[in-house]
Amino acid sequence: MDKLIVIGGGPAGLAAAASAVDAGVSPEDILLLERDDSLGGILNQCIHAGFGLHIFSEELTGPEYASRYIDRLHEREIPYVTDAMVLSLNADRELTYVSPKDGFIRLKASAVVIATGCRERTRGQIMIPGTRPAGIFTAGSAQRFVNMENKMPGKRAVILGSGDIGLIMARRLTLEGAKVECVAELMNYCGGLARNVAQCLNDFDIPLLLSHTVTDILGKSRVEGVKISQVDENRRPIPATEKIVPCDTLLLSVGLIPENELAREAGVVIDPVTGGAVVDQYNQTTAEGIFACGNALQVHDLVDNVTLEAEAAGAAAARYALSGTKTVNYVATTPGDNVRYIVPHKIDLGGSGDVKLSFRVTSTIRGCDTVIKSGSKELRRIRKRVVTPGEMESATVKISDIDAPVSVSIEERA
Amino acid sequence: MSYDQRYSGKIYDVAVIGAGITGSMTAYKLAKYKLSVIVLEKGSDIASGATKANSAIVHAGFDAVPGTLKGKLNADGCRQIKEISEKLNVHYDNCGSLVCAFGEADERHLDLLYSRGIANGVEGMRIIRGEEIFELEPQLSRECTSALFAPTAGIVCPWGLCIAVCEAAAVNGTDFLFSYEAKKVEQRGGYLEINSDDTPIRARYIVNASGLGADLLVENDIFPDGEEEPLRLNPRRGEYMLLDTSEGGIAKHTLFVCPSEKGKGILVSPTVHGNVIVGPNAHEVEYRDNTTTTPEGIDEISAGARRLIPDINLRASITEFAGVRPTPMTKAKDFVIKASKRFPKLLHAAGIDSPGLACGPAVADYIVGKLGEMGLPLRPNPDFSDSRPPSPCFKAMSDEEKAAAIRENPAFGRIICRCETVTEAEIVDAITRPVGARDLDGVKRRVRAGMGRCQGGFCSPRVTAILSRLLHKDMYDITKKGEGSEILSRPDDRD
Repeated sequence: MDKLIVIGGGPAGLAAAASAVDAGVSPEDILLLERDDSLGGILNQCIHAGFGLHIFSEELTGPEYASRYIDRLHEREIPYVTDAMVLSLNADRELTYVSPKDGFIRLKASAVVIATGCRERTRGQIMIPGTRPAGIFTAGSAQRFVNMENKMPGKRAVILGSGDIGLIMARRLTLEGAKVECVAELMNYCGGLARNVAQCLNDFDIPLLLSHTVTDILGKSRVEGVKISQVDENRRPIPATEKIVPCDTLLLSVGLIPENELAREAGVVIDPVTGGAVVDQYNQTTAEGIFACGNALQVHDLVDNVTLEAEAAGAAAARYALSGTKTVNYVATTPGDNVRYIVPHKIDLGGSGDVKLSFRVTSTIRGCDTVIKSGSKELRRIRKRVVTPGEMESATVKISDIDAPVSVSIEERA
Repeated sequence: MSYDQRYSGKIYDVAVIGAGITGSMTAYKLAKYKLSVIVLEKGSDIASGATKANSAIVHAGFDAVPGTLKGKLNADGCRQIKEISEKLNVHYDNCGSLVCAFGEADERHLDLLYSRGIANGVEGMRIIRGEEIFELEPQLSRECTSALFAPTAGIVCPWGLCIAVCEAAAVNGTDFLFSYEAKKVEQRGGYLEINSDDTPIRARYIVNASGLGADLLVENDIFPDGEEEPLRLNPRRGEYMLLDTSEGGIAKHTLFVCPSEKGKGILVSPTVHGNVIVGPNAHEVEYRDNTTTTPEGIDEISAGARRLIPDINLRASITEFAGVRPTPMTKAKDFVIKASKRFPKLLHAAGIDSPGLACGPAVADYIVGKLGEMGLPLRPNPDFSDSRPPSPCFKAMSDEEKAAAIRENPAFGRIICRCETVTEAEIVDAITRPVGARDLDGVKRRVRAGMGRCQGGFCSPRVTAILSRLLHKDMYDITKKGEGSEILSRPDDRD
């Protein structure tokens, strides 16, 4: 049989590959391709603790969490290639990849799992004005320098954006002896997890400036400072509030973008809101036999959620590889009030059991209910103390209860 | 051996100050003669000033007033760039340009441009109307009433072109000295001495192609024809946006609006790398190195771009940048290529603003001619090789070529820049070539690592490590663009 190919050896790819074996595909019929020189993906540079609380009920570091799944790969003797970059993928699941060891390889896959993760939004995309000196880093590349190359990006930093990597890096740089002046966040809420604000900023007296942004970058060769301004309710800078903060480093933690160049090439329909593929509850994309999971599908807050999603995708890809296509009867899922998106985008009513709906909300709301409906019929109402855009929400529904398109909304309690 | 010993011990026939388009092309043209030549560049790399930040287009030559240097040199330069690009394997596309008229006043202007083009020797121009416009350019605003189509216009990679000709010059023995700011010129016996702090360079002839600083090399020394005051250059900043390759195809030709007093206006153009470039505006700035981008500027060029292509997706911008042009403050607004008042063997090439890129090779021919008139002996070099070492481009290879390349050298199988598919082998080549890359921006300009949608987020740590390895430098000494722009921060000495 053709190989089931997993693209990406981070947490999503590792879990998907192991799960495909557990679902009955023999290991020699699987190939995992990783573009970096080692397995583990971004977890390798996440040396802080906090991973695995949900799955393992203990606090692991990123490399520890990754090693548990790398062990699973080895236990199952699943073949993998590192330094392997997939160059092309089409809707017939033909792909090419290169690696120094294997050279140029062309393969036809029985099923493909896209687990390519995400990249960081850059300065150019958010159009920060000013000069273009050295000293501007995305938070993740600064993290790689500090944690993997043992090199500091600077001595005095401002962090723009309150995504989790930015918060983690505020603490990391401080522990390594740099001064972090502040974390500025354009929105009026924090983009990362509440626990990271407490543990990474508050514990180190680093101010979080909500409704603030960087309005100018100063310095010709290396960053010499940035201008920070408060923004109004339309997120436009208020000129009178502008102040100069001297620094040699600007870190950007302004959002993550799923890496879906291969999916696009294969003709997979991409959800413009998530930046990930449109999928059903089996994580199958609109291209038959091509599955997606992890941060390539939707940007997750916790790696535990990535693992669970990837295990489901791996198992579904295995079923497809072993027994091929089945007829499906889809209903759509639609975001209702205060909900930005829902994954999966459609549900096959021919399936059985529960469907887990993942979603993010549009703004922070206290004292509310998550309401799931099928048509006009209310399936579930879940009481929530607070929901915020920085944290992923999820809820499960029974497929047998669904007979019409499913909506999820957040209703404020009176 | 330090630079000073290697270069300051001899007297060169010609020192070219500046490695922008004018200096690079001059060095290339001079390499065809039996001459010893050195190029002195203030920046850390070739094309690190005005040449690196412009529209990257090769104007056909219909803008300039006939009789001016711009008018005389543009069409020839345009033709030569195509030829040189083919010969030296530079990214170039003969995509053609359209000047779009929106209403009657504009249409009268098209007639003027057309007649100037004829006088300047531009071939193949046509004024087109109606559906033909939209067949050529389906996304163009329906407000466009007619357009001047110039099939000889093109697009080029400006730094790629300069790097190519500098490599060819280097292969033929031309020396290059970077991070060298020529601050003073003095006459010594039979030669001129250039000084930058305490590093003298000696040459019999000097070409001043120092772009924005051209009027400052020797004070009050350049007197343009018909002017009583010495030349003064005015820094004029133009801001740009570069859109992702996902938007490629929205413009098939370089699209101009009708020019105004301030310049050729905001254009939308494909680039040779499949992106779309939008810009520039034109604002005078106080400092010559003011390449900051501003929110107002980005708004201005966005509005300009939408006038041409209403549906353009400007959210796909991957970077914004600005360049500063050396605009001559003269009535003629022409290039000023004239011998110095004070030093008879110093030739100034000043005020080379738009279309300086397109004119480049022709300007260089003009400069070489002038040097000849000034007494420089121009004996052809029989050993001249009009070539440079081939530079492998993995992305452009066929599948079979890719397979063979990796078999030959496994470093072709290691992709360092994911967005642009750049391999380790190409990065190694970029650093080890003649006049090779010495910093992150140098690698980026030569092989596009870091030029894509992630803007170096993934590859910059790895490229930094490769630079450190090949240049035998500590990681802390690797820079983005020369001294002072170190990527990393060396730890303080601890007691």
